[in-house]
Amino acid sequence: MRSEGNTILDIQDLTIRFHMRQGLVTAVDGLELSLEEGRVLGVVGESGCGKSVMSRALIRIEAPGTIEKGHVRYVDRDGCEVAIEKLDPAGPAIRRIRWKEIAMIFQEPMASFGPQHTIGEQIAEAMELHGILCGRDRREAVVASLDSVRMPRPAETAEQYPYQLSGGMRQRAMIAMALSCRPRILIADEPTTALDVSTESQILDLLRERQMALGMSILYISHNLGVVAHIADDVAVMYLGRVVERAPVRVLFAAPKHPYTRALLRSLARVDRDIPGRLEVLSGGLPDPFLRPAGCVFHQRCPECISGLCDRVVPRWVRLGDGSAVACHLYGGDHA
Amino acid sequence: MPDPQPLLEVTDLAKSYALRGGFFDRTKGNVQAVDHVSFSIPRGQTFGLVGESGSGKTTTGRLIVRVIEPDTGQIVFRDEESGGIDLVKLSSRQIRPLRKKIQMIFQDPYSSLDPRMTVLRIVGEPLRATGNISRRATRERVAEVLEMVGLSDEYMNRYPHAFSGGQRQRIGIARALATQPSLIVADEAVSALDVSVQAQILNLLRDLQERFRLTYLFIAHDLGVVRYLCDRVAVMYSGRLVEIAEKPALYGNPKHPYTESLLAAAPRPEPEKLAIKPPYAGLALGPRTSAGGCAYFPRCPYRRDVCSREAPQLRKVADGHSVACHFDLTLTNANSSGTCGRENMQSKGSAVH
Repeated sequence: MRSEGNTILDIQDLTIRFHMRQGLVTAVDGLELSLEEGRVLGVVGESGCGKSVMSRALIRIEAPGTIEKGHVRYVDRDGCEVAIEKLDPAGPAIRRIRWKEIAMIFQEPMASFGPQHTIGEQIAEAMELHGILCGRDRREAVVASLDSVRMPRPAETAEQYPYQLSGGMRQRAMIAMALSCRPRILIADEPTTALDVSTESQILDLLRERQMALGMSILYISHNLGVVAHIADDVAVMYLGRVVERAPVRVLFAAPKHPYTRALLRSLARVDRDIPGRLEVLSGGLPDPFLRPAGCVFHQRCPECISGLCDRVVPRWVRLGDGSAVACHLYGGDHA
Repeated sequence: MPDPQPLLEVTDLAKSYALRGGFFDRTKGNVQAVDHVSFSIPRGQTFGLVGESGSGKTTTGRLIVRVIEPDTGQIVFRDEESGGIDLVKLSSRQIRPLRKKIQMIFQDPYSSLDPRMTVLRIVGEPLRATGNISRRATRERVAEVLEMVGLSDEYMNRYPHAFSGGQRQRIGIARALATQPSLIVADEAVSALDVSVQAQILNLLRDLQERFRLTYLFIAHDLGVVRYLCDRVAVMYSGRLVEIAEKPALYGNPKHPYTESLLAAAPRPEPEKLAIKPPYAGLALGPRTSAGGCAYFPRCPYRRDVCSREAPQLRKVADGHSVACHFDLTLTNANSSGTCGRENMQSKGSAVH
């Protein structure tokens, strides 16, 4: 599924597998997705849908998974296309892209920070490694980067160790470090999931503000539909290794198309309204990871499954007038 | 009608911990984890306790199930058999027969089940711990409660690793149900679950409540989940209850600035609704400690001088609605959709002085 605009990252037919003792697990299965320049793309899905595996592959840290097929095309600053899937995960080419072109932040900031150096030393090191710091005063640059994420008392914080900061402040420091090399794409994998709601909403506001100021693109991975509604311009919904629906954020929440998206939205316990009676529930659970369903990956749990079709044929993308696109037979011209 | 006598009545409950730190792990002071908290829960109802991490909500739950000892306070438990017993006064021996009446469900279905124990042992454990029961009777009861939570009795001899997160949480609920409790303390019982699984577990908790007239103390940070499940809600901040109200009043007409900020910050699946924001109550604006004053003072966008000097006490602002704030504030209601909106408009007029 391609879309208009300046595509900065384009994923076609991406398939990532894990070879395990018990068998083969296909975590990402023929996935198609594209990220536009200067936009925030939210990727939502429940645990096990492959959203983290997919995002890690974009900077080639997918191991122990392996990219079996497909293309990840990155359009660099000069407009040249880089085939990320072909790069050596430990080679110099991807290292030039990581951090400087595509940075990533995680749920647990301690995954990015080592415990034995101060926040300032680590940010400075990241900047030096990528040649951002040459000629400038080290300390000044670090403080400026912490200041840009609205860290209270940035100079003091630079002297502190990660464990001395609260969860929200650590997350700010991680964002400062990720943005210190001015990446064009930020991949954010559930960066607010461990935080309290008020801290979460500050971090989301901060990311949005930095994104607009720097004109970068964000790929925001989350299981939380409310968070995605808050930060994204466009949303992709993943289920079992595939994107099943993609739409501008307002369209997705106002008029969800795929039966999975509709079921997810209906099953939410919401802060903004009373739900009398029971919540609507999606029947069944995720299938055995070693036995992927044929046809549409959602057909076993789908209340609108068309037998003979959905259980056999993988649905193709259908583009709709409101800007959304859905991979579902219900919207196919010849079956609707 | 609720019973005239509540099932659980907590009065002036307090617990403090010594704060240690520094090179020699010296005591640096005290943290008042739970600071003279009082509330009661009528039988068959769900009472929500919300707050952010460190607010003391988990400690409150653990005090009630008596896995930790309070410094002061009363926890009166009252059902048909036990006509009003203060759990705090009981020795650990005396409390044993009451343990089966009060059970707990935990957050993390991955770490709260012992991986070396079969489902039969996990679910049967509280039965054995609270009385003499034959092996056969245990098996029968375990099969029965597994069926209640929607699991087959074939699972009895399996180990926790064979189950998904949702199934594990069902096992945790089955364990809590085994001894036929009247009160269940659920601490973040659905927080670790995916949306679709969360809905299944919330429905299950509702069904079980109806079927067995269970009373829940539901501790959570997710205001959406609390809105769905609870009848009455208390908001906790820094060890104290800052607001307590029936659900429609709390969501439709919040009176404490902290409640307002929590409601506004809660992520909601409505991109259009995001413009409404109260005055920014995010980062600590002032000093972290405000000895003697309101605990929320450093973050409060409405604070005035008096707030730094005097701690506000919980006071009644309407029937069943109390708030610990010096002022009658007219607050932003970010949730003005649904049935609460009109009510809110009316009561706002009378709340402004």
